[in-house]
Amino acid sequence: MGKVLMKGNEAIGEAAIRAGCLNYFAYPITPQSEVAEYLSRRLPEAGGVFLQGESEVAVSYMIFGAAAAGARIFTTSSSPGISLMCEGISYIAAAQCPAVFVNIMRGGPGLGGILPSQADYFQATKGGGHGDYRMLVMAPASVQEAVEMVMTAFPLAEKYRNPVMILGDGLIGQMMEPVEFPDDLRSEPSNKDDWATNGMDTRRSDKRNLVKSLFLDPDQLNRNNLALKAKYDRMNREEVRYETYHMDLDYRVLIVSYGTMSRVCRTAIDNLAEEGIDVGMIRPQTLFPFPVQQVHDAAQKQSCVHVASIEMSMGQMVEDVQRALQGVKPVSWYGKCGGDVPTPEEIMEFVRTLL
Amino acid sequence: MQSEVMFAGFGGQGILLSAKILAHAAMKDGYEVAWIPSYGPEMRGGTAYCTVVVSDRPIGSPIIRNPLHLVAMNRPSLEKFAPHVKQGGVILINSSLIKISSSRDDVDEIRVPVTDIAKDLGSTRSANIVALSAFVARSRILDMDLIRDCIKEEFANKEKIIPLNLAAVDEGQKAGLTA
Repeated sequence: MGKVLMKGNEAIGEAAIRAGCLNYFAYPITPQSEVAEYLSRRLPEAGGVFLQGESEVAVSYMIFGAAAAGARIFTTSSSPGISLMCEGISYIAAAQCPAVFVNIMRGGPGLGGILPSQADYFQATKGGGHGDYRMLVMAPASVQEAVEMVMTAFPLAEKYRNPVMILGDGLIGQMMEPVEFPDDLRSEPSNKDDWATNGMDTRRSDKRNLVKSLFLDPDQLNRNNLALKAKYDRMNREEVRYETYHMDLDYRVLIVSYGTMSRVCRTAIDNLAEEGIDVGMIRPQTLFPFPVQQVHDAAQKQSCVHVASIEMSMGQMVEDVQRALQGVKPVSWYGKCGGDVPTPEEIMEFVRTLL
Repeated sequence: MQSEVMFAGFGGQGILLSAKILAHAAMKDGYEVAWIPSYGPEMRGGTAYCTVVVSDRPIGSPIIRNPLHLVAMNRPSLEKFAPHVKQGGVILINSSLIKISSSRDDVDEIRVPVTDIAKDLGSTRSANIVALSAFVARSRILDMDLIRDCIKEEFANKEKIIPLNLAAVDEGQKAGLTA
Protein backbone atom coordinates (compact mmCIF):
# COMPACT_ATOMS: atom_id res chain seq x y z
CA MET A 1 0.00 0.00 0.00
CA GLY A 2 1.43 3.37 -1.04
CA LYS A 3 0.60 6.76 0.33
CA VAL A 4 -3.02 7.59 1.04
CA LEU A 5 -4.55 10.92 1.93
CA MET A 6 -6.21 10.58 5.31
CA LYS A 7 -7.62 12.68 8.08
CA GLY A 8 -5.55 12.38 11.25
CA ASN A 9 -8.40 10.87 13.26
CA GLU A 10 -9.07 8.18 10.67
CA ALA A 11 -5.38 7.45 10.27
CA ILE A 12 -5.08 6.98 14.06
CA GLY A 13 -7.89 4.41 13.95
CA GLU A 14 -6.35 2.59 11.01
CA ALA A 15 -2.89 2.67 12.62
CA ALA A 16 -4.21 0.87 15.70
CA ILE A 17 -5.65 -1.91 13.55
CA ARG A 18 -2.41 -2.15 11.57
CA ALA A 19 -0.49 -2.34 14.83
CA GLY A 20 -2.51 -5.38 15.79
CA CYS A 21 -5.04 -3.80 18.16
CA LEU A 22 -8.57 -5.05 17.55
CA ASN A 23 -10.33 -3.66 20.61
CA TYR A 24 -11.54 -0.09 20.91
CA PHE A 25 -13.99 1.31 23.46
CA ALA A 26 -14.83 5.00 23.36
CA TYR A 27 -17.25 7.84 23.82
CA PRO A 28 -17.47 10.53 21.10
CA ILE A 29 -16.26 14.11 21.56
CA THR A 30 -15.11 16.82 19.15
CA PRO A 31 -12.46 17.09 17.69
CA GLN A 32 -11.73 13.34 17.65
CA SER A 33 -15.13 11.76 16.99
CA GLU A 34 -14.03 10.58 13.54
CA VAL A 35 -11.83 7.94 15.19
CA ALA A 36 -14.94 6.29 16.63
CA GLU A 37 -16.89 6.84 13.42
CA TYR A 38 -14.13 5.22 11.40
CA LEU A 39 -13.57 2.29 13.75
CA SER A 40 -17.28 1.57 14.18
CA ARG A 41 -17.14 0.54 10.52
CA ARG A 42 -13.58 -0.77 10.19
CA LEU A 43 -13.16 -2.82 13.37
CA PRO A 44 -16.03 -5.26 12.75
CA GLU A 45 -14.66 -5.63 9.20
CA ALA A 46 -11.24 -6.48 10.63
CA GLY A 47 -12.72 -8.97 13.10
CA GLY A 48 -12.38 -6.63 16.07
CA VAL A 49 -14.63 -5.14 18.72
CA PHE A 50 -15.97 -1.60 18.67
CA LEU A 51 -17.93 -0.62 21.73
CA GLN A 52 -19.33 2.77 22.67
CA GLY A 53 -19.46 3.23 26.43
CA GLU A 54 -22.08 5.29 28.24
CA SER A 55 -19.48 7.80 29.44
CA GLU A 56 -15.74 8.36 29.48
CA VAL A 57 -15.59 7.18 33.10
CA ALA A 58 -17.20 3.90 32.07
CA VAL A 59 -14.87 3.63 29.07
CA SER A 60 -11.77 3.99 31.24
CA TYR A 61 -12.87 1.01 33.35
CA MET A 62 -13.85 -1.01 30.28
CA ILE A 63 -10.30 -0.40 29.10
CA PHE A 64 -8.97 -1.47 32.51
CA GLY A 65 -10.99 -4.68 32.35
CA ALA A 66 -9.86 -5.57 28.85
CA ALA A 67 -6.23 -4.74 29.62
CA ALA A 68 -6.31 -6.78 32.84
CA ALA A 69 -7.67 -9.72 30.85
CA GLY A 70 -4.69 -9.44 28.53
CA ALA A 71 -6.32 -7.83 25.47
CA ARG A 72 -4.60 -5.22 23.37
CA ILE A 73 -6.83 -2.19 23.82
CA PHE A 74 -7.01 1.51 23.15
CA THR A 75 -9.31 4.49 23.33
CA THR A 76 -9.39 8.05 22.08
CA SER A 77 -10.95 11.18 23.50
CA SER A 78 -10.42 14.90 23.83
CA SER A 79 -9.57 17.03 26.83
CA PRO A 80 -12.79 17.04 28.95
CA GLY A 81 -13.25 13.34 28.13
CA ILE A 82 -9.69 12.56 29.19
CA SER A 83 -10.33 14.35 32.49
CA LEU A 84 -13.13 11.87 33.14
CA MET A 85 -10.85 8.97 32.22
CA CYS A 86 -8.07 10.06 34.56
CA GLU A 87 -9.49 8.11 37.47
CA GLY A 88 -9.37 4.89 35.47
CA ILE A 89 -5.91 5.73 34.12
CA SER A 90 -4.60 6.02 37.67
CA TYR A 91 -6.03 2.56 38.49
CA ILE A 92 -4.58 1.09 35.28
CA ALA A 93 -1.13 2.49 36.07
CA ALA A 94 -1.32 1.27 39.68
CA ALA A 95 -2.36 -2.22 38.55
CA GLN A 96 0.39 -2.20 35.90
CA CYS A 97 -1.76 -2.88 32.86
CA PRO A 98 -0.86 -1.86 29.29
CA ALA A 99 -3.29 0.42 27.44
CA VAL A 100 -3.08 3.21 24.89
CA PHE A 101 -4.92 6.52 25.27
CA VAL A 102 -5.09 9.15 22.55
CA ASN A 103 -5.93 12.72 23.55
CA ILE A 104 -6.73 15.04 20.63
CA MET A 105 -6.63 18.20 22.70
CA ARG A 106 -9.14 21.06 22.54
CA GLY A 107 -9.12 24.32 24.44
CA GLY A 108 -9.91 24.30 28.16
CA PRO A 109 -10.36 24.56 31.06
CA GLY A 110 -13.94 23.42 31.55
CA LEU A 111 -15.79 22.76 28.33
CA GLY A 112 -13.51 25.38 26.78
CA GLY A 113 -13.80 25.21 23.00
CA ILE A 114 -13.35 22.68 20.24
CA LEU A 115 -10.32 24.19 18.49
CA PRO A 116 -6.69 23.02 18.79
CA SER A 117 -4.87 23.43 22.08
CA GLN A 118 -1.95 21.98 24.01
CA ALA A 119 -3.29 22.86 27.43
CA ASP A 120 -3.34 19.26 28.71
CA TYR A 121 0.44 19.06 28.99
CA PHE A 122 0.37 19.02 32.79
CA GLN A 123 -2.51 16.55 32.84
CA ALA A 124 -0.67 14.16 30.54
CA THR A 125 2.86 14.45 31.91
CA LYS A 126 2.39 15.21 35.60
CA GLY A 127 -0.50 13.03 36.59
CA GLY A 128 -4.08 13.95 35.80
CA GLY A 129 -5.33 11.22 38.05
CA HIS A 130 -4.28 10.76 41.67
CA GLY A 131 -1.20 9.07 43.04
CA ASP A 132 2.39 8.59 41.96
CA TYR A 133 2.04 7.43 38.40
CA ARG A 134 3.29 8.52 35.02
CA MET A 135 2.30 7.82 31.47
CA LEU A 136 4.71 7.59 28.60
CA VAL A 137 3.53 10.54 26.49
CA MET A 138 4.27 10.97 22.78
CA ALA A 139 3.39 14.09 20.80
CA PRO A 140 3.03 13.82 17.00
CA ALA A 141 3.61 16.81 14.71
CA SER A 142 2.07 15.32 11.57
CA VAL A 143 -0.51 12.74 10.58
CA GLN A 144 2.30 10.38 9.53
CA GLU A 145 3.97 10.73 12.90
CA ALA A 146 0.63 10.15 14.66
CA VAL A 147 0.36 6.86 12.77
CA GLU A 148 3.87 5.80 13.71
CA MET A 149 3.44 6.78 17.36
CA VAL A 150 0.15 4.91 17.67
CA MET A 151 1.74 1.83 16.16
CA THR A 152 4.74 2.10 18.50
CA ALA A 153 2.57 2.77 21.55
CA PHE A 154 1.21 -0.77 21.87
CA PRO A 155 4.52 -2.62 22.30
CA LEU A 156 5.74 0.18 24.59
CA ALA A 157 2.64 -0.10 26.77
CA GLU A 158 3.24 -3.85 26.99
CA LYS A 159 6.96 -3.50 27.63
CA TYR A 160 6.29 -1.27 30.63
CA ARG A 161 2.84 -2.60 31.54
CA ASN A 162 1.79 1.01 31.78
CA PRO A 163 -0.59 3.37 29.99
CA VAL A 164 0.90 5.22 27.02
CA MET A 165 -0.67 8.44 25.80
CA ILE A 166 -0.54 10.00 22.35
CA LEU A 167 -1.02 13.73 22.89
CA GLY A 168 -2.08 15.50 19.72
CA ASP A 169 -3.89 18.78 19.21
CA GLY A 170 -7.14 19.27 17.32
CA LEU A 171 -5.35 19.97 14.06
CA ILE A 172 -3.55 16.63 14.10
CA GLY A 173 -6.97 14.99 14.25
CA GLN A 174 -8.71 17.20 11.71
CA MET A 175 -6.00 17.72 9.11
CA MET A 176 -5.53 15.43 6.09
CA GLU A 177 -2.01 14.53 5.03
CA PRO A 178 -0.49 11.70 3.00
CA VAL A 179 0.26 8.69 5.18
CA GLU A 180 1.83 5.27 4.93
CA PHE A 181 1.38 2.48 7.44
CA PRO A 182 4.80 0.90 7.94
CA ASP A 183 4.46 -2.89 7.99
CA ASP A 184 7.47 -3.21 10.25
CA LEU A 185 5.64 -1.39 13.04
CA ARG A 186 3.10 -4.17 13.29
CA SER A 187 3.72 -6.17 16.46
CA GLU A 188 2.37 -9.29 18.10
CA PRO A 189 0.78 -8.77 21.51
CA SER A 190 3.23 -9.89 24.19
CA ASN A 191 2.67 -13.00 26.28
CA LYS A 192 0.81 -11.91 29.39
CA ASP A 193 0.51 -15.27 31.17
CA ASP A 194 2.65 -14.09 34.07
CA TRP A 195 0.24 -11.48 35.28
CA ALA A 196 -2.98 -11.14 33.26
CA THR A 197 -6.32 -12.62 34.28
CA ASN A 198 -6.47 -14.31 30.92
CA GLY A 199 -7.97 -17.63 31.95
CA MET A 200 -6.33 -20.73 33.41
CA ASP A 201 -7.01 -22.90 30.38
CA THR A 202 -4.68 -20.94 28.11
CA ARG A 203 -1.57 -21.03 30.27
CA ARG A 204 0.51 -23.80 31.77
CA SER A 205 1.14 -22.52 35.27
CA ASP A 206 -1.32 -23.10 38.10
CA LYS A 207 -0.56 -19.73 39.63
CA ARG A 208 -3.60 -17.50 40.13
CA ASN A 209 -3.06 -14.06 38.64
CA LEU A 210 -4.51 -11.11 40.45
CA VAL A 211 -4.72 -7.59 38.98
CA LYS A 212 -5.35 -4.95 41.62
CA SER A 213 -4.58 -1.40 42.71
CA LEU A 214 -5.54 -1.71 46.39
CA PHE A 215 -2.62 -2.28 48.78
CA LEU A 216 -3.77 -1.66 52.32
CA ASP A 217 -0.49 -2.82 53.79
CA PRO A 218 1.86 0.20 53.76
CA ASP A 219 4.92 -1.91 52.92
CA GLN A 220 3.17 -3.50 50.00
CA LEU A 221 1.94 -0.16 48.72
CA ASN A 222 5.41 1.31 49.05
CA ARG A 223 6.83 -1.68 47.17
CA ASN A 224 4.30 -1.19 44.38
CA ASN A 225 5.20 2.50 44.15
CA LEU A 226 8.90 1.66 44.04
CA ALA A 227 8.20 -0.81 41.23
CA LEU A 228 6.34 1.91 39.34
CA LYS A 229 9.13 4.40 39.97
CA ALA A 230 11.70 1.96 38.63
CA LYS A 231 9.72 1.78 35.39
CA TYR A 232 9.49 5.56 35.09
CA ASP A 233 13.22 5.87 35.78
CA ARG A 234 13.86 3.36 33.04
CA MET A 235 11.64 5.35 30.65
CA ASN A 236 13.72 8.42 31.48
CA ARG A 237 16.87 6.51 30.56
CA GLU A 238 15.65 4.62 27.51
CA GLU A 239 12.66 6.25 25.85
CA VAL A 240 13.51 9.92 25.36
CA ARG A 241 12.76 10.91 21.76
CA TYR A 242 13.20 14.28 20.14
CA GLU A 243 14.02 15.97 16.86
CA THR A 244 16.20 18.98 16.23
CA TYR A 245 16.04 21.77 13.67
CA HIS A 246 18.84 24.15 12.65
CA MET A 247 20.93 22.97 15.58
CA ASP A 248 24.14 23.00 13.55
CA LEU A 249 23.89 26.80 13.28
CA ASP A 250 25.16 29.30 15.83
CA TYR A 251 21.66 29.95 17.02
CA ARG A 252 21.00 32.91 19.28
CA VAL A 253 17.64 31.64 20.43
CA LEU A 254 16.71 28.04 21.16
CA ILE A 255 13.04 27.19 20.75
CA VAL A 256 11.46 24.22 22.48
CA SER A 257 8.13 23.37 20.91
CA TYR A 258 6.09 20.26 20.12
CA GLY A 259 3.21 19.05 17.98
CA THR A 260 1.54 21.40 15.49
CA MET A 261 3.09 24.38 17.28
CA SER A 262 6.58 23.13 16.35
CA ARG A 263 5.66 23.21 12.66
CA VAL A 264 4.62 26.83 12.90
CA CYS A 265 7.95 27.47 14.66
CA ARG A 266 9.80 25.72 11.84
CA THR A 267 8.31 28.14 9.32
CA ALA A 268 9.17 31.06 11.61
CA ILE A 269 12.75 29.74 11.94
CA ASP A 270 13.09 29.52 8.14
CA ASN A 271 11.84 33.09 7.74
CA LEU A 272 14.07 34.41 10.52
CA ALA A 273 17.08 32.72 8.93
CA GLU A 274 16.40 34.74 5.78
CA GLU A 275 16.57 37.88 7.93
CA GLY A 276 19.91 36.70 9.29
CA ILE A 277 18.60 35.62 12.70
CA ASP A 278 19.62 32.06 13.46
CA VAL A 279 17.26 30.11 15.69
CA GLY A 280 17.48 26.44 16.64
CA MET A 281 14.74 24.15 17.84
CA ILE A 282 14.35 21.02 19.91
CA ARG A 283 11.04 19.28 19.36
CA PRO A 284 10.32 16.77 22.11
CA GLN A 285 8.59 13.74 20.61
CA THR A 286 8.23 12.27 24.09
CA LEU A 287 6.91 14.75 26.67
CA PHE A 288 7.35 12.20 29.42
CA PRO A 289 10.17 11.32 29.45
CA PHE A 290 11.15 14.91 28.63
CA PRO A 291 14.51 15.43 26.86
CA VAL A 292 15.95 17.17 29.92
CA GLN A 293 19.62 16.56 29.15
CA GLN A 294 19.28 17.43 25.46
CA VAL A 295 17.57 20.75 26.14
CA HIS A 296 20.15 21.54 28.81
CA ASP A 297 23.07 20.77 26.50
CA ALA A 298 21.61 22.66 23.56
CA ALA A 299 21.15 25.78 25.69
CA GLN A 300 24.83 25.69 26.69
CA LYS A 301 25.92 26.68 23.19
CA GLN A 302 27.97 29.87 23.36
CA SER A 303 25.86 31.73 20.79
CA CYS A 304 22.57 30.96 22.56
CA VAL A 305 21.34 33.87 24.67
CA HIS A 306 17.76 32.86 25.27
CA VAL A 307 15.53 29.78 25.38
CA ALA A 308 11.85 30.01 24.49
CA SER A 309 9.12 27.50 25.21
CA ILE A 310 6.44 28.01 22.58
CA GLU A 311 3.24 26.13 23.18
CA MET A 312 -0.52 26.39 22.76
CA SER A 313 -1.06 26.77 26.48
CA MET A 314 -0.59 29.45 29.07
CA GLY A 315 2.86 28.13 30.00
CA GLN A 316 3.07 24.48 30.98
CA MET A 317 6.00 22.87 29.15
CA VAL A 318 8.01 25.96 30.07
CA GLU A 319 8.30 24.50 33.58
CA ASP A 320 10.05 21.43 32.20
CA VAL A 321 12.31 23.65 30.11
CA GLN A 322 13.24 25.63 33.23
CA ARG A 323 13.82 22.37 35.09
CA ALA A 324 16.12 21.22 32.28
CA LEU A 325 18.07 24.48 32.21
CA GLN A 326 18.64 24.83 35.94
CA GLY A 327 19.07 28.55 35.43
CA VAL A 328 21.96 28.38 32.95
CA LYS A 329 20.12 30.60 30.42
CA PRO A 330 17.06 32.83 30.60
CA VAL A 331 13.79 31.12 29.66
CA SER A 332 10.67 32.74 28.23
CA TRP A 333 7.28 31.45 27.30
CA TYR A 334 5.08 32.37 24.37
CA GLY A 335 1.70 30.91 23.61
CA LYS A 336 -1.99 31.22 23.00
CA CYS A 337 -4.69 28.76 23.85
CA GLY A 338 -8.09 29.89 22.69
CA GLY A 339 -7.91 27.67 19.65
CA ASP A 340 -6.25 30.30 17.52
CA VAL A 341 -2.90 28.77 16.60
CA PRO A 342 -0.13 31.41 16.68
CA THR A 343 1.13 32.33 13.20
CA PRO A 344 4.76 32.21 12.05
CA GLU A 345 4.70 36.04 12.03
CA GLU A 346 3.69 36.16 15.69
CA ILE A 347 6.49 33.74 16.60
CA MET A 348 8.99 35.82 14.62
CA GLU A 349 7.85 38.97 16.36
CA PHE A 350 8.26 37.30 19.74
CA VAL A 351 11.74 35.95 18.94
CA ARG A 352 12.88 39.43 17.86
CA THR A 353 11.90 40.79 21.27
CA LEU A 354 14.31 38.33 22.90
CA LEU A 355 17.33 39.76 21.08
CA MET B 1 7.89 26.37 -3.86
CA GLN B 2 4.72 26.33 -1.84
CA SER B 3 1.22 27.37 -2.83
CA GLU B 4 -1.80 27.61 -0.65
CA VAL B 5 -5.34 27.50 -1.95
CA MET B 6 -8.26 28.53 0.16
CA PHE B 7 -11.71 27.24 -0.74
CA ALA B 8 -14.56 29.09 0.91
CA GLY B 9 -18.33 29.19 0.71
CA PHE B 10 -21.54 28.12 2.40
CA GLY B 11 -21.62 24.86 4.31
CA GLY B 12 -23.12 22.35 1.87
CA GLN B 13 -21.44 23.76 -1.25
CA GLY B 14 -18.89 20.96 -1.32
CA ILE B 15 -15.98 23.11 -0.17
CA LEU B 16 -14.23 20.35 1.76
CA LEU B 17 -14.64 17.88 -1.09
CA SER B 18 -13.23 20.07 -3.85
CA ALA B 19 -10.30 20.90 -1.57
CA LYS B 20 -9.77 17.21 -0.89
CA ILE B 21 -9.70 16.38 -4.59
CA LEU B 22 -7.05 19.05 -5.17
CA ALA B 23 -4.96 17.74 -2.24
CA HIS B 24 -5.31 14.18 -3.47
CA ALA B 25 -4.29 15.12 -7.01
CA ALA B 26 -1.26 17.05 -5.77
CA MET B 27 -0.21 14.08 -3.64
CA LYS B 28 -0.41 11.85 -6.72
CA ASP B 29 1.81 14.33 -8.50
CA GLY B 30 4.45 13.80 -5.80
CA TYR B 31 3.93 16.96 -3.78
CA GLU B 32 3.74 17.29 -0.02
CA VAL B 33 0.19 18.29 0.85
CA ALA B 34 -1.92 19.26 3.81
CA TRP B 35 -5.70 19.71 3.85
CA ILE B 36 -6.77 21.91 6.72
CA PRO B 37 -10.48 22.37 7.36
CA SER B 38 -12.07 25.03 9.46
CA TYR B 39 -13.82 22.94 12.03
CA GLY B 40 -15.24 25.63 14.25
CA PRO B 41 -18.89 25.56 15.32
CA GLU B 42 -20.12 26.05 11.75
CA MET B 43 -23.37 24.61 10.51
CA ARG B 44 -25.13 24.03 7.23
CA GLY B 45 -25.62 27.39 5.57
CA GLY B 46 -22.79 28.95 7.58
CA THR B 47 -19.34 29.77 6.22
CA ALA B 48 -17.10 26.80 5.51
CA TYR B 49 -13.53 27.10 4.44
CA CYS B 50 -10.65 24.81 3.86
CA THR B 51 -7.03 25.38 2.92
CA VAL B 52 -4.88 23.11 0.82
CA VAL B 53 -1.11 23.53 1.02
CA VAL B 54 0.93 22.12 -1.86
CA SER B 55 4.68 22.14 -1.50
CA ASP B 56 7.82 20.57 -2.88
CA ARG B 57 9.26 20.16 0.63
CA PRO B 58 7.89 19.18 4.04
CA ILE B 59 5.14 21.57 5.07
CA GLY B 60 5.87 23.74 8.10
CA SER B 61 3.01 25.73 9.49
CA PRO B 62 -0.36 24.30 8.50
CA ILE B 63 -1.94 27.55 9.65
CA ILE B 64 -2.27 29.85 6.65
CA ARG B 65 -3.49 33.40 7.15
CA ASN B 66 -2.39 34.61 3.70
CA PRO B 67 -3.11 32.03 1.01
CA LEU B 68 -1.73 32.45 -2.49
CA HIS B 69 -5.10 31.68 -4.09
CA LEU B 70 -8.78 31.93 -3.18
CA VAL B 71 -11.80 30.14 -4.60
CA ALA B 72 -14.78 32.11 -3.29
CA MET B 73 -18.15 30.41 -3.68
CA ASN B 74 -20.22 33.07 -1.93
CA ARG B 75 -20.06 36.75 -1.09
CA PRO B 76 -19.23 36.55 2.64
CA SER B 77 -16.22 34.38 1.78
CA LEU B 78 -14.95 36.83 -0.80
CA GLU B 79 -15.36 39.77 1.58
CA LYS B 80 -13.69 37.93 4.41
CA PHE B 81 -10.71 36.38 2.64
CA ALA B 82 -9.94 38.42 -0.52
CA PRO B 83 -7.95 41.07 1.42
CA HIS B 84 -5.63 38.34 2.72
CA VAL B 85 -4.71 36.77 -0.64
CA LYS B 86 -1.05 37.15 -1.58
CA GLN B 87 -0.08 39.39 -4.43
CA GLY B 88 -0.04 37.58 -7.78
CA GLY B 89 -2.46 34.85 -6.75
CA VAL B 90 -5.71 33.84 -8.40
CA ILE B 91 -9.05 34.86 -6.92
CA LEU B 92 -11.88 32.89 -8.47
CA ILE B 93 -15.27 34.47 -7.90
CA ASN B 94 -18.48 32.49 -8.29
CA SER B 95 -20.21 35.21 -10.28
CA SER B 96 -23.54 33.35 -10.19
CA LEU B 97 -23.86 34.34 -6.55
CA ILE B 98 -21.36 37.18 -6.10
CA LYS B 99 -22.04 40.47 -7.81
CA ILE B 100 -19.11 42.42 -6.34
CA SER B 101 -15.40 42.21 -7.13
CA SER B 102 -12.46 41.74 -4.81
CA SER B 103 -11.26 45.31 -5.53
CA ARG B 104 -7.74 43.93 -5.79
CA ASP B 105 -5.62 44.97 -8.76
CA ASP B 106 -2.56 42.95 -7.76
CA VAL B 107 -4.13 39.52 -8.25
CA ASP B 108 -5.56 37.55 -11.17
CA GLU B 109 -9.27 37.89 -10.50
CA ILE B 110 -11.54 35.71 -12.60
CA ARG B 111 -15.31 35.70 -12.59
CA VAL B 112 -16.88 32.33 -13.41
CA PRO B 113 -20.62 31.65 -13.07
CA VAL B 114 -19.94 28.23 -11.59
CA THR B 115 -23.41 27.66 -10.12
CA ASP B 116 -25.08 28.47 -13.47
CA ILE B 117 -22.66 26.26 -15.38
CA ALA B 118 -23.40 23.41 -12.96
CA LYS B 119 -27.15 24.00 -13.27
CA ASP B 120 -26.88 23.76 -17.08
CA LEU B 121 -25.04 20.45 -16.65
CA GLY B 122 -27.95 19.10 -14.64
CA SER B 123 -27.11 19.68 -10.97
CA THR B 124 -25.96 22.68 -8.99
CA ARG B 125 -24.23 20.20 -6.71
CA SER B 126 -21.36 19.94 -9.18
CA ALA B 127 -20.62 23.66 -8.81
CA ASN B 128 -17.68 22.86 -6.55
CA ILE B 129 -16.08 20.72 -9.26
CA VAL B 130 -16.68 23.42 -11.89
CA ALA B 131 -14.97 25.93 -9.58
CA LEU B 132 -12.07 23.60 -8.79
CA SER B 133 -11.45 22.88 -12.46
CA ALA B 134 -11.71 26.51 -13.51
CA PHE B 135 -9.20 27.36 -10.80
CA VAL B 136 -6.79 24.57 -11.73
CA ALA B 137 -6.97 25.55 -15.42
CA ARG B 138 -6.29 29.18 -14.62
CA SER B 139 -3.56 28.74 -12.04
CA ARG B 140 -1.97 25.75 -13.81
CA ILE B 141 -1.20 24.40 -10.38
CA LEU B 142 -1.65 20.80 -11.61
CA ASP B 143 -2.40 18.82 -14.72
CA MET B 144 -6.17 18.59 -15.26
CA ASP B 145 -6.01 14.86 -15.95
CA LEU B 146 -4.91 14.30 -12.36
CA ILE B 147 -8.11 16.01 -11.24
CA ARG B 148 -10.11 13.71 -13.53
CA ASP B 149 -8.38 10.62 -12.09
CA CYS B 150 -9.05 11.73 -8.55
CA ILE B 151 -12.71 12.43 -9.28
CA LYS B 152 -13.08 8.88 -10.55
CA GLU B 153 -11.47 7.58 -7.36
CA GLU B 154 -13.42 9.87 -5.07
CA PHE B 155 -16.76 8.83 -6.55
CA ALA B 156 -15.84 5.16 -7.03
CA ASN B 157 -18.77 4.17 -4.82
CA LYS B 158 -21.19 6.50 -6.61
CA GLU B 159 -20.38 5.64 -10.21
CA LYS B 160 -23.59 7.19 -11.49
CA ILE B 161 -22.40 10.70 -10.78
CA ILE B 162 -18.92 10.35 -12.30
CA PRO B 163 -19.98 11.44 -15.84
CA LEU B 164 -21.68 14.56 -14.47
CA ASN B 165 -18.57 15.50 -12.52
CA LEU B 166 -16.25 14.83 -15.47
CA ALA B 167 -18.48 17.07 -17.58
CA ALA B 168 -18.13 19.66 -14.80
CA VAL B 169 -14.35 19.40 -15.16
CA ASP B 170 -14.53 20.04 -18.90
CA GLU B 171 -16.83 23.03 -18.55
CA GLY B 172 -14.88 24.41 -15.61
CA GLN B 173 -11.63 24.11 -17.54
CA LYS B 174 -13.09 26.01 -20.53
CA ALA B 175 -14.55 28.70 -18.30
CA GLY B 176 -11.34 29.11 -16.34
CA LEU B 177 -9.25 29.60 -19.45
CA THR B 178 -11.59 32.08 -21.11
CA ALA B 179 -12.69 34.09 -18.07
